[in-house]
This record gives sequence, structure tokens and C-alpha cells, in this order.
Amino acid sequence: MAAAKRPALPVILLANDLLDGDVVFAAGDANDLNWSRDPGAALIGHDDATADRLEAFAAGELGKQHVVDAYLVDVAIEDGVPVPRHYRERMKTTGPSIRRDLGKQAELPLAQAFLRA
Amino acid sequence: MYRYDEFDERFVRERVAQFRDQVGRRLDGSLTEDEFKPLRLKNGVYLQLHAYMLRIAVPYGTLSSRQMRQLALIGERYDRGYGHFTTRTNLQFNWPKLRDIPDILDLLADVEMHAIQTSGNCIRNVTADHFAGVAQDEIEDPRPTAELIRQWSSLHPEFDYLPRKFKIAVTGAAHDRAVIKAHDIGLRILRHPDTREIGYEVIVGGGLGRTPMIGKVVREFLPKADLLAYLEAIMRVYNLEGRRDNKYKARVKILVHEIGTEEFSRRVEEEFARLDGPSVNADPAEVARIAAYFAPPAYDALPATSGAFEAAKAGNPDFARWVETNVTPHRQPGYAALTISLKPIGAPPGDATSEQMRLVADLADEFSLSEIRVTHAQNLVLPQVKQADLFAVWRRLGEADLATANVGLITDIIACPGLDYCALATARSIPIAQALAQRFADAGRQKEIGVLNIKISGCINACGHHHVGHIGILGLEKRGIESYQITLGGDATENAAIGEILGPGLAAEDVPDAIERIVSVYLAQRQTGESFIDNVRRIGLAPFKAAFQEVSHAVA
Repeated sequence: MAAAKRPALPVILLANDLLDGDVVFAAGDANDLNWSRDPGAALIGHDDATADRLEAFAAGELGKQHVVDAYLVDVAIEDGVPVPRHYRERMKTTGPSIRRDLGKQAELPLAQAFLRA
Repeated sequence: MYRYDEFDERFVRERVAQFRDQVGRRLDGSLTEDEFKPLRLKNGVYLQLHAYMLRIAVPYGTLSSRQMRQLALIGERYDRGYGHFTTRTNLQFNWPKLRDIPDILDLLADVEMHAIQTSGNCIRNVTADHFAGVAQDEIEDPRPTAELIRQWSSLHPEFDYLPRKFKIAVTGAAHDRAVIKAHDIGLRILRHPDTREIGYEVIVGGGLGRTPMIGKVVREFLPKADLLAYLEAIMRVYNLEGRRDNKYKARVKILVHEIGTEEFSRRVEEEFARLDGPSVNADPAEVARIAAYFAPPAYDALPATSGAFEAAKAGNPDFARWVETNVTPHRQPGYAALTISLKPIGAPPGDATSEQMRLVADLADEFSLSEIRVTHAQNLVLPQVKQADLFAVWRRLGEADLATANVGLITDIIACPGLDYCALATARSIPIAQALAQRFADAGRQKEIGVLNIKISGCINACGHHHVGHIGILGLEKRGIESYQITLGGDATENAAIGEILGPGLAAEDVPDAIERIVSVYLAQRQTGESFIDNVRRIGLAPFKAAFQEVSHAVA
């Protein structure tokens, strides 16, 4: 993870929960991070210091076998929520575009910005 | 159908117990993800975008009604009430939880199924003609060969860690419905031109993915008894000489291409001559034991055509149209093989709900000697239906949205899961298939266009077989948006060909117009009775390219 190039700021940290595979987001504040299933709750790293904290949290959580495939994603702030800039990561925050009844989009009141194709 | 013997049963049960222990150790932290990943992949467990995915093997596409019912149950109990049939004739569940997977594997073992070797650098699920045993053009049923290879390749100690994955397909018919020329090894059962003895034509080095290749014939006639020894020789040459330094150049097709077919054949023949054939080849008694499971069932003696069937067709044009597209002649008089389209207009190709799976299982019990097949085109087949029962089956299918009359037509589209599910995808596939199906939904128009295979992949790995689609569509990323490259002239049959790129990639919304223009060229230029692919072969790419380039907004 440390070797990978860090994406442009601002960023959020996402991962898959080890037990059920669901996508989770680092939330809380930089000194007390936890995992949330709601992309709207993700802590936004606007500066390098916060991004460093997110990366350190990712490394610790991977080590503790709580999550898999944790990485930083660059976001745009739309209507106050962090929306991944890349369509792949946006898909990951919502669920399949062809089945709006499945995934996060079915279970959480997501901001419209996430659902943009 | 083949039934597990005590060894098969024990092997699968032991594997479930091992994986249960491995999952337990992963969850308690004794195994890291790096240690666990190869173990879960060997058991068909992937991590996708939104969840884990479990890929279940359907050996040579053959399912019993009992197995189909169990898949329906698993879908309901542990997933979201549906599954996805793949181009490798497997079934994927998109939402299982890791903690539940050992229980799912136990349920599979209860019906003689598993997810072993559906991933990883090993010999994968062997596929075969979906009309095996019932096709009129068949020389011999390919399933005993496929089952023999399944048993030989399961946990084969020498070939469990190959340079890359390895796929084998078998057909016993003149017309190739199993895409054997796009496999690492394709086997075609044939008769020796002089002796009339039955044997195999052996084709090696086909494959799609980032470097598509059509397989090369390395042995024109292999006596049946020598099959396993010859396969072992091929695998040994590949295992020793295939590249391990670069995963993109590690498939056997690259080795065959780099050293040439002649040299590859020479090395295989040399190895074949050196190894102890009798110790490798299957015992004839075992071959006979396997073959007995696939002996033709006790058919009723029926007239070649059914009066009731003919009357139903005459009285119901919708039924008649469905028969025209979805029903295939059977080798047994009075019977038919019917294909159930999993491509209702606007639905994700290859998806079936648990309710639909149960209905298919019920219909198989009532009308098809409990037999079901999965096709590489992501449809299902009831292979043993009496013509006189077709009308009743059609009506029951229609109630579950399973009677779409489009098999082989422009809306019978192959599509991989794409970016809607897949972590490797670079673009979505399913929405493109949906948009095209809607554009060409009109039944009269589909009939006018005739046989036309569209195949869509959401990345270069080509699970959607786009290279061998008459029209192929490849989803890529271009400057941060999804972009679709169109190819033309591919063919998945015995006339296998790789399609050629028509021009720059298109935005998703421009794809239907582009396909429309390609189809228009064909309709304007075809000769009487000329199919789309024959037309492309005759007039060449130029007229299609010209029409394609008129599509506006090309994402150049």
C-alpha cells in the first residue's frame, strides 16, 4: 500500500469487510477512526496529514484481519458528500447500476451524487 | 448423468472440511489475506466490487433437476435470490458472505457439486457441446471424454500449479457449439477417414483475452485410448516451457505461437513417445464405467413428427416462432432439444432467479428426463423433450418470462458481468446488452436480421468472448469514461475467426446507433439467404467501416 502512488486530494479510505465482503469506509475523526457502511459518513482527507492517518489506519486494520483490499480513493465534494471521481469507485459505493434494488443503494439513503452513472 | 463414486464423494467432502478450517483460520486471524487468497481461489471464492463471489462448477454444462433445485435453494438462503450462468457454463453467486461459504459448499456436496478448480492456475471446468448425446450431427457423445478429463485433472499433482489457467473443451459433432478453437485444448471427436475408427482431433493454443488466438491442430487423429497420455504430454511441455515471468504471456497459446505449431507438436510427440502411455491412460473398464452413465435413456418409440405439435404451431404463431428459434432437432424421432433463453429483453444476460431455476427443474422432471444443460451462450437447455410436450412446456416457461424466442438472434447477447459486479472490469457490459436488446426488441425485425451473435466483454480478459462475436464489443476506460470498441467478423464455430476492430471507441450511448448502422449495411447488401457473418466475409470490412465512421460523437 505504501508503495502505491497516493491519489490526488481530497481522499477517502474504502475497503471490503472481511466477513461479508461489503464495502466499508473509514469514518470518525482522524484520531479515532472506525468503519462505516455509509459512503456519506466517510472521513474526507483534505490534507496530507489526514491522508497519512487514513493510510496508517488501513495498514493496521489489514493487519488485524478486519478488512481486505483497503485503499485511498480520490473524491469530489458534491452536495457536501465525498463522491469518488472515478466511475469504478462510484459503482463500489452504490451497488450494481443494473440492479438498484441491491447493494448500498437499496439499503441506505444515498445522495444522488453517488448514483450518477 | 455421471454419479459420484465413493472416491469422488470423499474427495469433495474432505475439501469442504479443509476449506471450512481455512475460513475459520482466516476469520480468527491465523491466516493473512495473502496466505488465504490462493486457498479461496482454489475453491472458487473471489472478492468482487460489492461482495464475495462464489463460482460453482457445472461440469460440461450438465445439471440434474435435483442439482438445479439445490442451486435455487442456495440462491435464496445465502444470496439474493438469483445466480448468473457464465460463458464457462458455471454458475456464479454475487453476494455470498465468507462465513457462509463452507455451508454452501456442503449443500453443493450433497448434490455432487463443488467449486474446485473454477479459478487459479490449474485445469478449469471442462466444457462440451450443450447438445451432447442428443445432437443429430454427433459422431459420439463428448461427455464421457469430458468426465474422464475432469477426473484426471482434479487435483492432478503435476498440473496443479501451471504457468496460468488452462481450459479444455470437447465436441463430438461436426458443427462446433463448444468454441473448441478458442480453448487451450480443443478436442473434436471424429472418425478416421480410412479406418473409420473413432478418435480425436487435438487443437492447442486457442484463447481469447488480451492476445486472442485461434487454436492450431497439433494431432489430426489421436486414437481414443491414448487420450490421457497425449494430454499429459501436452501439459508437461506447457508446464515446463510455458512462461512464468509474465502472466500476460503465460498461456499455452503464447508458447505455441512463439515456437510454432510444428515445433510444439514435435515436442509433444517426443514427450508422448517417452512417457509410459499404458500407466497414464485410463483403464478401459473405467472408461466403459464412465461411458455407461451417459448411455442413451429409454426413449419412447414415437413417430418422427407429432400431430399435436404441428397443430399447436399452426394455431399459435408465437409458439411457432419460438419453435423456429429455440427448438433443435433431436437424434431420437419424436423428441426435441429446447433452449430456454436467459435473455428476456432488457434483463441481464445469463441471470436466473431461484424461482426460475425451480421451474426449470420441475419442467426437467416432468418433460426432459430430469436433465438440464447450461450453454456457453448463457442459456439453458432441456435436451430430452417430446415434441408433443413442447407446447405445454412453452406455456409454463412463458409464465416465468423464460419463453423469449431469440436464441441465436441479435438479442441473444453474451455479456460478462462487467463493472456492475466485477473487480477486474474496466467498463460495464450488461447495460450495453440491455440497450441493444431494447433497440432490436421487435420480433419481426430480429427474424429479418437472422442469426447474429453479439458478444460483450467489460475488459480485455474477454469473458464475454467478444473476439469471436459476429459483432464484438469491448468495454475499456478512456480518459476516465467508459469507451466501447467494436469488432466485426468474429466466429465461434468450426470456422473460428477473430473479429477486426472497426474504428475508435464509442461512448455507451452511441453503441446502439453504431450497431444499427452495421446491421443496415448487411440488410442492404446481403444476397438471398445470406447470413450476417457470410455477408461480412463476402463483402469485407470496408462498407461496414464506412458506415461505422458516420456515427457521431466518436470518442476519438
